[in-house]
Amino acid sequence: MNADVVVIGAGIVGAACARALARTGLSVVVVDRGAPASATSARGEGNLLVSDKAPGPELDLAMLAADHWPHLAASLADELGPGFPDIEYDRKGGVVVATTEEGAEPLRAFANGQAAAGVEVAHLTPGEARSLEPHLNPAITAAVHYPQDAQLQPVVATEALLASARRAGVRVLAHQEVVGLVRDGERITGVRTASETIGTSAVVVAAGPWSGEVAAVLGADLPVRPRRGMVLVTARMAQRVFHKVYDGDYFGATQSADADLQTSSVVESTPGGTVLIGSSRQQIGFDDRLRVNVLAEVAGRALRLFPFLAGTPVIRAYGGFRPYVPDHLPVVGEDPRHPGLWYATGHEGAGIGLAGVTGDLLCAQLTGADPAIDPAPFQPSRPSLAAHLTGGAA
Amino acid sequence: MTHVLVIGAGPAGLSAAVAAGDAGARVTLLDSGDGLGGQYWRHLPPQRPAQREARLHHGWAAFDRLRGSLVGVEVVTEAQVWAIETVDGIAVHVLIGPADAGGRAARTFAPDALVLATGAHDRTLPFPGWNLPGVFSAGAAQALAKGERVAVGRRAVVAGAGPFLLPVAQSLTAAGAHVVGVYEAARPAALARGWLPRPWRLLGAARKGGELAGYAAHHLGRRVPYRLGRAVIEARGDGRVEAVVTARLNADWSPIPGTERTVAADAVCVSHGFTPRLELPIAAGCRIGPDRFVAVDADQRTSVESVYAAGEITGIGGVDAALVEGRIAGARAAGAPAAAADLKRRTATTDFARRIDAAHGIRRGWTSWLRDDTVVCRCEEVAYGPLRDAAAATDQASLRSLKLTSRAGLGICQARMCGRTVEELTGADPARAEDTTDRRPLAAPIRLGDLAAPATTCGKDTHV
Amino acid sequence: MSAIVPWETDPIRPDEPKPLRITVDGTSIEGLQGQSIAGVLLAHGITEWRTTTAGRRRGVFCGIGVCFDCIATVNGESDVRLCLRRANDGDTVATQDDTREAQ
Ligand SMILES: Cc1cc2nc3c(=O)[nH]c(=O)nc-3n(C[C@H](O)[C@H](O)[C@H](O)COP(=O)(O)OP(=O)(O)OC[C@H]3O[C@@H](n4cnc5c(N)ncnc54)[C@H](O)[C@@H]3O)c2cc1C
Ligand SMILES: Cc1cc2nc3c(=O)[nH]c(=O)nc-3n(C[C@H](O)[C@H](O)[C@H](O)COP(=O)(O)OP(=O)(O)OC[C@H]3O[C@@H](n4cnc5c(N)ncnc54)[C@H](O)[C@@H]3O)c2cc1C
Repeated sequence: MNADVVVIGAGIVGAACARALARTGLSVVVVDRGAPASATSARGEGNLLVSDKAPGPELDLAMLAADHWPHLAASLADELGPGFPDIEYDRKGGVVVATTEEGAEPLRAFANGQAAAGVEVAHLTPGEARSLEPHLNPAITAAVHYPQDAQLQPVVATEALLASARRAGVRVLAHQEVVGLVRDGERITGVRTASETIGTSAVVVAAGPWSGEVAAVLGADLPVRPRRGMVLVTARMAQRVFHKVYDGDYFGATQSADADLQTSSVVESTPGGTVLIGSSRQQIGFDDRLRVNVLAEVAGRALRLFPFLAGTPVIRAYGGFRPYVPDHLPVVGEDPRHPGLWYATGHEGAGIGLAGVTGDLLCAQLTGADPAIDPAPFQPSRPSLAAHLTGGAA
Repeated sequence: MTHVLVIGAGPAGLSAAVAAGDAGARVTLLDSGDGLGGQYWRHLPPQRPAQREARLHHGWAAFDRLRGSLVGVEVVTEAQVWAIETVDGIAVHVLIGPADAGGRAARTFAPDALVLATGAHDRTLPFPGWNLPGVFSAGAAQALAKGERVAVGRRAVVAGAGPFLLPVAQSLTAAGAHVVGVYEAARPAALARGWLPRPWRLLGAARKGGELAGYAAHHLGRRVPYRLGRAVIEARGDGRVEAVVTARLNADWSPIPGTERTVAADAVCVSHGFTPRLELPIAAGCRIGPDRFVAVDADQRTSVESVYAAGEITGIGGVDAALVEGRIAGARAAGAPAAAADLKRRTATTDFARRIDAAHGIRRGWTSWLRDDTVVCRCEEVAYGPLRDAAAATDQASLRSLKLTSRAGLGICQARMCGRTVEELTGADPARAEDTTDRRPLAAPIRLGDLAAPATTCGKDTHV
Repeated sequence: MSAIVPWETDPIRPDEPKPLRITVDGTSIEGLQGQSIAGVLLAHGITEWRTTTAGRRRGVFCGIGVCFDCIATVNGESDVRLCLRRANDGDTVATQDDTREAQ
């Protein structure tokens, strides 16, 4: 088998990359060691957020994504028709609240910084917040409304991108683990899976939290590590949460490198009638054992936002591993030390939201087209990543 | 002193607790129900005493003996195990109080050895109309007859597969229902293959053979028709069951066109076998065998150090198997050898389980009685057609994705009812972790306030 | 229709049961001490009480707490499996209707 590009990983990021590349006329094969759409992209939530990002390149990318998703969702729905499951894209907006006196001012200041960077932000009085969210804890100290925040169903979104990619000619090989590269001198000539060799000159690593391991198998070096997150699902109920509601600590947790348990609350209702409550952040490797204290923390935080949830049954707890990079920016671009080896990974807790624009950004760089956003801050060669690369591995 | 924690107070758990106590261990026995006996010896609660309750049961004397032998065992009923953690040794998290209540007392156990005996629930294959009121699992009819003295209907049909249909028909009759027919999907040839080559082995499986012979006599006596190779393929009615359609089956359980018959009934009690309750063994890290039961050795040891399993979670062998396995597991968990006689009996009961499966095991052709609008997942009301459409649209056989694109199995029962069926209908490969529906880190719903309560989460068991 | 075996004629010779009362959606219903709430309803011939999202009716299906078909709100707490919950004198049961919009 031969292809212009081999994408490693059939999660949402690999799917978006493969789709974008194939739509330019390239032949693309996606290889996954498991089933498509079944790893990280099926173990998180579907928040498409600008609200949790500080001004900087990630926010720029997220704003681009916020503009892009409505079009992407519509064009996927159009292409795949009514027989395809609904992506459930909903720009329902987010409400971020502070629950403590100390938390109020930092939240307002953070929001003002975002407003200066172009994010739509509306400060709310507690009364206004309660009219948006009648069941919110009356004891909140500050609240900000982010109308650009949206949500979708991440597995359907991944499958839709894959289905659309297939229509553009992409072949998806499931249950085939990539075990190495074939090279001719410095030049990449193929990808070896456990059962075959696929001839290609370009390889995209989109292996989510395993991207570091996959890079190593390919003889490269990429500091992507797993960061565990757990989510709770409640029983179905009449809708009482109307936006995506977070506590203001979400921002702090996203940016910290502390391995200790961090939780911040995101509470949202889903079209299925359940409420999703996320989430925790822990650096514990790929250890997926249940930790009751983590669930307790997540639950406790949600109750600070919505006390009425105390009586609501939790029917399921699930979790995954966010692909985490030490400088907290996705890696999208070619490895300068390994021509032909590309990365699209490291999106941590934002890979669902950023997948579409990541696919386009990767594709533009790979095909030499004009990218919609400056790729430099995301390229593997960026200065903030240099310290985390072991020089010798290249 | 070794602390043995036994989860489940059915035949397996009871006999494990007694055996562990006899072997000198400190024993705690937990059950989520408010009485002992499990499914087999489900009985009226103490608020409703009856002088001749034993009449409803087989082996009631054995139950009485076991109950009486629990002296020294700490018995905790209404104790719902909702999670097992393995981060720092084994921690068993329990909520104690009325079912599903908020604010139940929380306790955490960190035993030296664990015996899992959580049993099974019956598996009902979907058929058109099975979600109408008036359709029950056969187990429900049994549980309500024994535990409530309620007959689920006046004119009842019992259908499905397996020897369990017979006691259900008997209990219904004894609760005042008219059982208009028992329809066993297995055909005579399959029954002969399963049961006849070595009938002496069947009888050797202790009382079970005699018990089944008793049912056969009972049915002849009461003239309840017992039809082989026939299934309920539809339930009909305006808002609730009024009639069922039965049909003769081929050897692969596909209905034979032209053999349909309509029978008036207001209750349909259907079971096609049993599904083991695997969430706790999986949470404890126990290996599940290719047969989808907890893998155990001859000592009932699981793949996890100090964790034993007994009863229906290790194979559907009936009460005698559960009792023997429980005794072995309890003794071994306490660090004592198992009785030689029990190890020998275990061979016979294992054989019995194999025979049930050979004779009554589900055959693939059943899916041809489904229609596109037949609900497969009861909670999320996902029908067969849309489930197949989601699989086709996404070119997907893996359940991790398919559950989320179709919603099958995502509801409040967490795929306990539809899981095995969805696996089968979508061609999932249960050998792959992402393709089984058995993993449920939360073994029971817990209210958010209780999950958040610190008492639930921290301390190890202090009761030493 | 479901029915309870009258205690007077039940061959297992039960003692005379003690009554209790619960209310279901505001209607007072008599039961027996020791019955599950599902048992109280079934004894009255009531076999359905929940309404699903699609507007279908449900009652007991598995009878042993596995299927969650029989859930209802008991004393203000939602999603209680009635087949597992013993009735207590004075219990207030509200049936659940998943077609209902937010209050
Ligand atoms: C609890 C939690 C909550 C989250 N919430 C959100 C949210 O609300 N919004 C948001 O935008 N993001 C969220 N995320 C993050 C998001 O899920 C991820 O960023 C995103 O799914 C990553 O997608 P991916 O395609 O890179 O990785 P994956 O989906 O993991 O795909 C990578 C694929 O690579 C395959 N692979 C690995 N090794 C090999 C190999 N050697 N050979 C072949 N294939 C291989 C894997 O099998 C896998 O299928 C959350 C994550 C978690 C854990
Ligand atoms: C409804 C029903 C009725 C049956 N009736 C008969 C019959 O009449 N005749 C017959 O031959 N066979 C019957 N069976 C088959 C029956 O399963 C076996 O005969 C026998 O009861 C199996 O014994 P066991 O000890 O393995 O499991 P069970 O008897 O099922 O005991 C398991 C116990 O574990 C408890 N448990 C499960 N999970 C948890 C948890 N997370 N926390 C705490 N406790 C837990 C349960 O409450 C239960 O009491 C019935 C099965 C069912 C489902």
